Amino acid sequence: MSDKLADWTKGAEAIVYQSCSACGNVQYFHRSFCAACGAPDPAQKRASGMATVYATSLVCRAATPETRAHVPYNIVLVDTVEGFRMMAHGDNDLAIGDKVTAGYRPFAGKLIPYFEKKK
Amino acid sequence: MSFITGVGLTSYGKHEGSSSLDLMSKAAETAIADAGLKRSEIDGILCGYSTVSPHIMLATVFAEHFGVQPSYAHAVQVGGATGLAMTMLAHHLVDAGVAKHVLVVGGENRLTGQSRDASIQALAQVGHPDYEVSLGPTIPAYYGLVASRYMHEYGVTQEDLAEFAVLMRAHAMTHPGAQFHEPITVADVMASKPVAMPLKLLDCCPVSDGGAAFVVSRERTGATGIRVRGCAQAHTHQHVTAAPALSELGAEIAIAKAKAASGVAISDVRYAAVYDSFTITLAMLLEDLGLAGRGEAAARVRAGHFGRDGAMPLNTHGGLLSYGHCGVGGAMAHLVETHQQMTGRAGPRQVRDASIALLHGDGGVLSSHVSMFLERVR
Repeated sequence: MSDKLADWTKGAEAIVYQSCSACGNVQYFHRSFCAACGAPDPAQKRASGMATVYATSLVCRAATPETRAHVPYNIVLVDTVEGFRMMAHGDNDLAIGDKVTAGYRPFAGKLIPYFEKKK
Repeated sequence: MSFITGVGLTSYGKHEGSSSLDLMSKAAETAIADAGLKRSEIDGILCGYSTVSPHIMLATVFAEHFGVQPSYAHAVQVGGATGLAMTMLAHHLVDAGVAKHVLVVGGENRLTGQSRDASIQALAQVGHPDYEVSLGPTIPAYYGLVASRYMHEYGVTQEDLAEFAVLMRAHAMTHPGAQFHEPITVADVMASKPVAMPLKLLDCCPVSDGGAAFVVSRERTGATGIRVRGCAQAHTHQHVTAAPALSELGAEIAIAKAKAASGVAISDVRYAAVYDSFTITLAMLLEDLGLAGRGEAAARVRAGHFGRDGAMPLNTHGGLLSYGHCGVGGAMAHLVETHQQMTGRAGPRQVRDASIALLHGDGGVLSSHVSMFLERVR
């Protein structure tokens, strides 16, 4: 099993997903096996950052001092062109169906993926 | 075969100075007395969890505290679906002869035992620790995401969702144990503080103290038997990021299996008790369960369909939205109210006919589902 590629969860400006060479399934949550067929060592790949907005929720009430400093912030689910869904932040005026691209911003002491409308 | 032979419920709201064990004990005592049993006759205990007082062996902590020595006991954790999951397990336990009388109990001082921030934070941890929680979501945000998509796909509006909050409040006003008794309007819901859009404060259930319990027995102990006719579960995912399409969620799977297990059709159902952590939860589940057509649940609320005198009375105690939500006990109140209705003991809230009831619980972010049919036998 190769080491996990650095991604935003490790502080790097990257979104990493896994692709199974046996069944072709793509998965976002990192595992040492394919959750669809169980084959070991799915390949790690860097995502392009291109996606479509699936759902949004503008958070206006946060529960910690660190996150409260950022309200309101827009939590989004996006469907990436690579075929997996992920949660991130995005512009407050994003609508479902918008084509978006990923950038990175600091949030509550961490670097997180942030989606903006494709220019 | 199994019967719900007794139920117990505290008021929900503030119980200053009461611990989770106190609230569990109070509800348990009421339920055992309601079943006409003695404590010593309880030979099985299933309990939920307490976010205020976490423990790796809560069932035996409770059993010792309460003063019983069961032959079967453990905790169950399925989030908001815990109450019905425990009932399903108790049904199978007594049916298999493992125990005669299983006490199912939940209770928590979630409102006064910790800060509201602490409750919100504890619940947000149902999210993925690496890929979700670090983004600062809350439970309302997880459901806000689902709501935005549901509204987009089925043309549901924020005003539609508000109808469910108004209905639950109207029902709570007729129950002395409910946390909220002030009437609200759709305009009040729309004007309430934004929490996680499209969900506003009055779209969200409150944090409460409270306890609920029931006894599930192999034989009925009273003249009227409330029998578990059939039940089923479905678990499609844990995290909202990994949830299937709206048309493939677990409620539809669980209800299909429960119908097959019980031989009951939706057209047979006379009373509904459906999980309502948020207005969107209730709207979606009613439609997933087949109690309303897609995108049509709000219109049915407006037409009085789900009112006490309507064709399908729903959560007549006020639900999580207005009776209150103390964690595991929260949705157990739905079953207690169903039992009161089925046994004709709901007083001013009594519906005409609650001979067959459908109950549905949801845990996580529409992750875990339990559907159950109860039937009155004389």
